[in-house]
Amino acid sequence: MWQALHEELAGQGFTCIAIALDSGGPAKTEQWIRAAKPTYPCLIDERHLTAELYGVVNVPMGVWIDETGRIVRPAETAATSDAFRRHLDRTTKQMSAEGLAERERVRAAYLSALRDWAARGPASPYALSEEQARQRLPVSSEAHARAAASFRLGQYLSSRGHGQAATPFLADARRLHPESWSYRRQTWELEEPGKAGSAEFWAAVDALGDRPYYPPARLSR
Amino acid sequence: MSVTILYQARTPYAAEAVAEGENLWVPADDLAPASGWELRPEGACRGDVCVPIPRDRRGEFLREGPARFNLAALARLLGEPVIHEDVHGVWSFGESAAARRSGTPSLQAPDFALPDLAGHVHRLAEYRGRKVFLVFWASW
Repeated sequence: MWQALHEELAGQGFTCIAIALDSGGPAKTEQWIRAAKPTYPCLIDERHLTAELYGVVNVPMGVWIDETGRIVRPAETAATSDAFRRHLDRTTKQMSAEGLAERERVRAAYLSALRDWAARGPASPYALSEEQARQRLPVSSEAHARAAASFRLGQYLSSRGHGQAATPFLADARRLHPESWSYRRQTWELEEPGKAGSAEFWAAVDALGDRPYYPPARLSR
Repeated sequence: MSVTILYQARTPYAAEAVAEGENLWVPADDLAPASGWELRPEGACRGDVCVPIPRDRRGEFLREGPARFNLAALARLLGEPVIHEDVHGVWSFGESAAARRSGTPSLQAPDFALPDLAGHVHRLAEYRGRKVFLVFWASW
């Protein structure tokens, strides 16, 4: 989906850059990247360093950066919604027609905002003012800082084949930064392949109750 | 013993450091390649930033024969988290919460360098002059 958008808007001085927050590295991401046949950069961030830099806590999330390198939309849900929570059959993995329609609505709204910004730059209502952008910057606490250091330690141990030694540090990252679904799902996956989409994941999603898994991108000012 | 130092976003670095409880004594020669910090008369410095070593606590930071520096003490002084695993000897040094916050009020997008599938490294700064849509995804 990003390839089509990139091709459409590249002539307007726009580029997509995809970043895989994926400790599995090329081995896990290659098939997805090849399937997209991308002409935009598809980068791999095994240590989740950019998630820390930009406050990314789930995927897919997007950040908009203008020609001068200023953030005009901080990290937010990109082109998806919580439709899956209400409309996905967890056994068959099939989404109902209603769910598909909701997902398509959200996707279309996000893409049209991106197109508007590509065409009009700062005149686009979707390019936030400095004050608005600042208000939406993610906040970082002492616990989050500790979670990042723990995650990197666990991820490193895991990458060296020391899975057991990694476990408590990965668990600490989840505990210290519970809002980060990226940490939760990545650390589960490091502990046991497939766990990121397992019953444990669904239990955690259900435990959210009325709170969103994907907070909707606030496209209107 | 060889200790692997994970200093913030830097590449993991192995040094013959001495771990003692919550302290990590790094050989003076390894300090800069491991962490970017170097010792100057004014203190521990990285780029333009120098942190004076508290005069009455020099023993906490510096050792002679051979010269070593306690990187964990510096991290504590700066409010940076230090987490270590002692069986395999891996020390992770994070950014302070304050540094993580202070990077962003300007709204300048923090630069990064990451490889693509072919191993070619891209920097965000190379795309200055274009509108960039960063989109994060994962296989998990």
